[in-house]
Amino acid sequence: MQVTMTVNGVEYSREIEGRMLLVHFLRDVLGLTGTHWGCDTSNCGVCVVWMDGEPVKSCTVLAAMAGGHEVRTVEDLADGAELDPIQEGFRQCHGLQCGFCTPGMLMTCRALLDKNPDPTEGEIREAISGQICRCTGYSSIIRSVRWAAVHEATSAREQQEVAAQ
Amino acid sequence: MQVPAPFEYERATSVDQAIGLLERLGGSARLVAGGHSLLPMMKLRLANFEYLIDINDLHTELGYIRLSDDEVRIGAMTRHRELLESDVLADVFPIFADAEKVIADPVVRNRGTLGGSLCQADPSEDLSAVCTTLDASCVIRGPGGSERLVTMEQFYVGPYETAVADNEILTEIRIPRKNLPVGSAYAKVERRAGDWAVVSAGAAVWLDGGRIRDARVGLAAVGPNTTGLPEISAALRGHEPDESLYELAGAIAARSCDPVTDSRGSAGYKRHLADELTRRTLRKAVERARS
Repeated sequence: MQVTMTVNGVEYSREIEGRMLLVHFLRDVLGLTGTHWGCDTSNCGVCVVWMDGEPVKSCTVLAAMAGGHEVRTVEDLADGAELDPIQEGFRQCHGLQCGFCTPGMLMTCRALLDKNPDPTEGEIREAISGQICRCTGYSSIIRSVRWAAVHEATSAREQQEVAAQ
Repeated sequence: MQVPAPFEYERATSVDQAIGLLERLGGSARLVAGGHSLLPMMKLRLANFEYLIDINDLHTELGYIRLSDDEVRIGAMTRHRELLESDVLADVFPIFADAEKVIADPVVRNRGTLGGSLCQADPSEDLSAVCTTLDASCVIRGPGGSERLVTMEQFYVGPYETAVADNEILTEIRIPRKNLPVGSAYAKVERRAGDWAVVSAGAAVWLDGGRIRDARVGLAAVGPNTTGLPEISAALRGHEPDESLYELAGAIAARSCDPVTDSRGSAGYKRHLADELTRRTLRKAVERARS
């Protein structure tokens, strides 16, 4: 069957099997291997991407279901060489070690900050409760998200001050 | 790599068009909403269908929470996240928010739906217990625009089996408000965040003056389907709520349920939980009904 979807702002049309999962479409058909493929049972969250602005587990969404929708993957976070603040937060605060869970963590945490720019530790823990990290013990991920929240608030304030002058 | 066996993918454009497809394709077709129960089962070959009919586009038609004086109507495509975030629902039936906080995780809740959860008919499924507790009815639509209304007891035929026929769709859940102050609560014991229940319980209490006009308790994971316990309702009606009454209800729950020993716990432990969670949720429901 034919499926057409927008991924990171680019429209793609491909011939696929109805049973193909979104995660495999992104990785194997489009070559976007930033999205990882983990447990296959919607438990681990390494495959999280956005569909129409909301994080979803792409191992449990058919590629066909994403037809006509907008998908965003981890490849779209950085603007050229400039990292998204959430990526910079993970770099500054050691939010990753092996990096396997990182793409999913980044997409979920970016969505969290867009909705709630100043999340508490509890809110961050709740947001990533469907994702597993076996390296960090989560504490450094929480610090990374807080780093990004504080950094974004500071940048926004500075921009307002510049605009006011 | 786990992928489902091959199938043809169809996309529904309206409820009646979906029913038309079901009529034509019969038992070889299945509806898929959020897909977070069905797709894992298909990956494991526990479920195999020649056709999958994607009904996500019906969210515009079937995604709603409507409140009137005598009932609450919730569309079958309403997603978990929408149930959790609804202020209207939190105000009238906080049992939904209690349950939604412990159903899977926030990312899964972005996709999963009320109708999908009920139609999965998993004995451990939380929204089934919530709807059983609230004495909900299910609207099932079939060919030619025909609709029938069934109680939760009639809806469940067995584990993973419902009263919805091959050419029908569950479209709506209706919950009576009974025109009285009502309190409701849900509690679940799980092994880790987002897991299925070891045991969970819901309670709803309708007060009339200081006395209980009606009370209902629903349990999940302690029998072939989520179960309401009419004996508890009978024991509570007409009484002033107090600790001894909750104790009595807990004892009835423990002896009436039918748990099995499995990796989540022994039957004895589950009976203990049925007792304790019944008491806790009744206590909380009465508190809420009074406030």
